[in-house]
Amino acid sequence: MRKEQQGGAAAVALPAVRRTGTAGPGGAGGAGGTARPDGPGGAEEATGAPGRTRPGGRSGGSGRSGGFGRSGRTGRPRGSLASRHHGRWGWLFVSPMVIVLGLFLLLPILMALWVSLLNWDGQSDPFSSAADFVGVRNYTDLFGSSGGLTHQLFMISLRNNLYYVLLVVPLQTVLALGLALAVNSRRLKRKGPLRTAFFFPSVTSSIAISTVFLFLFQGSGAVNALLKWVGITGPKWFTDAHGLVWSVLGAVGLVDPDRPVHALAAHGVLGLSWWDWLAGPSIAMCTIIVLAIWTTSGTFMLMFLAALQDVPAELEEQARVDGAGRWQSLRHVTLPALRPVIFLVLTLGLIGTWQVFDAVYVMSQGAPGNTTLTPAYLSYTSGFQDSDYGHAAAIAFVLLAIIMLMTLVQRVLLRERGEHPGRGRRLLGRNR
Amino acid sequence: MSVIHRNPGRRQRRPVSTVLVLSAATLLGVVYVLPFVIQLVTSFKTDPDAAAHPLSLLPNPFTLASYRRLFGGGGGESIPFTRWLGNSVLVTVLITGGRVFFDSLAGYALARLDFRGRNLLFNGLLTVLSVPGVVLLIPKFLVLNQLGMFDTYAGMVVPLLVDAAGVFIMRQFFLSVPKEVEEAARMDGAGVFRTFWSVVLPMARPALITLTILSFQSSWNEFTHFLVATQSPQYETLTTGLARFVSGSLSAGTQYPLKLTAALLATVPVAVLFFVFQRHFVRGANSGSVKG
Repeated sequence: MRKEQQGGAAAVALPAVRRTGTAGPGGAGGAGGTARPDGPGGAEEATGAPGRTRPGGRSGGSGRSGGFGRSGRTGRPRGSLASRHHGRWGWLFVSPMVIVLGLFLLLPILMALWVSLLNWDGQSDPFSSAADFVGVRNYTDLFGSSGGLTHQLFMISLRNNLYYVLLVVPLQTVLALGLALAVNSRRLKRKGPLRTAFFFPSVTSSIAISTVFLFLFQGSGAVNALLKWVGITGPKWFTDAHGLVWSVLGAVGLVDPDRPVHALAAHGVLGLSWWDWLAGPSIAMCTIIVLAIWTTSGTFMLMFLAALQDVPAELEEQARVDGAGRWQSLRHVTLPALRPVIFLVLTLGLIGTWQVFDAVYVMSQGAPGNTTLTPAYLSYTSGFQDSDYGHAAAIAFVLLAIIMLMTLVQRVLLRERGEHPGRGRRLLGRNR
Repeated sequence: MSVIHRNPGRRQRRPVSTVLVLSAATLLGVVYVLPFVIQLVTSFKTDPDAAAHPLSLLPNPFTLASYRRLFGGGGGESIPFTRWLGNSVLVTVLITGGRVFFDSLAGYALARLDFRGRNLLFNGLLTVLSVPGVVLLIPKFLVLNQLGMFDTYAGMVVPLLVDAAGVFIMRQFFLSVPKEVEEAARMDGAGVFRTFWSVVLPMARPALITLTILSFQSSWNEFTHFLVATQSPQYETLTTGLARFVSGSLSAGTQYPLKLTAALLATVPVAVLFFVFQRHFVRGANSGSVKG
């Protein structure tokens, strides 16, 4: 859960970084910090000839962070001496990072790309000439209309994850916003404990929390005991494969969840019947959805809170003076001011929810009836249980493509909508 | 975190809505805390009691059997809990130490040292940051296997020794350290490493504390990496061991009090850390949000 957020957050790191270029103490050369995006020649010029005194004493090499280069120095010769050392020291300093990230982030991706083009069971050497190269077949198996098991399982996992996204993202965003507004409200005293209560689930282990939820949602568990108080007989959460939609419609007597409507069950698209596509998340999946909302809303609450504290107070006062009620002022003043953060939270949510894995692993392993199967979990089982690493790697890349698409959409839209320039700087300041 | 107060004069006007907001917020607070309370209480229950009264907040009878079983006492099939604990402590200490040191080194170089390729590295770092972890499940296994590191402590620790987000945090901090300090050290004849180690790093203490805490928390809670990097029970940590206990080959019967106790004990260190250093966690959460 947490990792997703980090990854997603970083995807939008660029604008903030650029801004801090002018914010820091190196402001003397501040212009250098923002003036150029990476001039491709810049780096060459500055570091290409280490012995040369640098023009203007400012390194053009820093591009984005140029303001922090060697600007404003007086001792030129010493500066160039230092920079000659820097070359070696710089690489020495970053070498652990380069080695670790190179070996365990870049190399794995390249290797998986190769394996995704093979039919490989994990035993032989995938780099020998004996490797069974199948081209893009692993990918076409996922999407193709061959009707194979791989295709069907993959479509089921996509369907499940899609419903998970459709429910988790809006609910966690609205809940986080509500919590932030409550915790920011002047009318509440002693907000510290509340903030702690909301945030605490976000920092604990997803495995430990999944264990607790297994206990809470079991047939005779605490949740069903609570439901009994209000006269509802709770379902057997983890074994109920019925879709939420059909269950609800069944409860009001419109359909029988156990008997698919023929018109919907007989026809389908992409390997699944319309009945399956429209079923909604299964009851079992709903427990994982509740878990996700409960653990992530705290983090997003903090993001909203930070942004709420940046909404200019005058704006709201102005609205008040103009006679706006609390609701109107929220709608017309606060929410528009929060728009960048709402947008950020939505896209971080979109990126994160496509990666649900830990809870599925502990709580359901894809059961019942594959209704909690997700692409991430399917990729894991294809590899480690079925020794079908080609398909496993291919699923990983499709997932990567989906998430990259979300990131891309976020970047494009963020750039268009813009954001007020003060925010990033201020928050980074708080970071210190 | 300080809260800016707004809306002066609102309070006296709507006492009813105030009560509503207050009770709704309190109720939600209870909902967020309740699972942990139930977990704590259940850890002192017997199996039949936990099954029959999952909601009751009073263990009847009160028993320490779960705790005793986890730490080797009291009969039944033994859970290698102390091994999990030992492994978790070991890898967490190694990973946290490595991250603090290597992230600082790299962050300093990216912030303050001029060298050819620095921009390329920094942009690469930003790209790498956005690679979703779940996608790396299979790929990481392939590389660890190829390097002969699968199912070893090295395979568990080395890939996590540097984290891109930590490098980024440290770089941002070092950008804010006044240059004059370094220059003074340089004048006094200190070398690059000496300047970094004895002058700049001590000034970075606030960032180092934040990084230490976030690294501890994330490596203590790490699951997917250990899941794909190891296979033998001897390398199980609290997360992977607990997962096997709860849903895998170790899970015989329900034994909920025992499972919840194990989960509780796995949460305690992070919980203590959280209550002591809360603002560092808040900082961590917002260093994510910042970047928008």
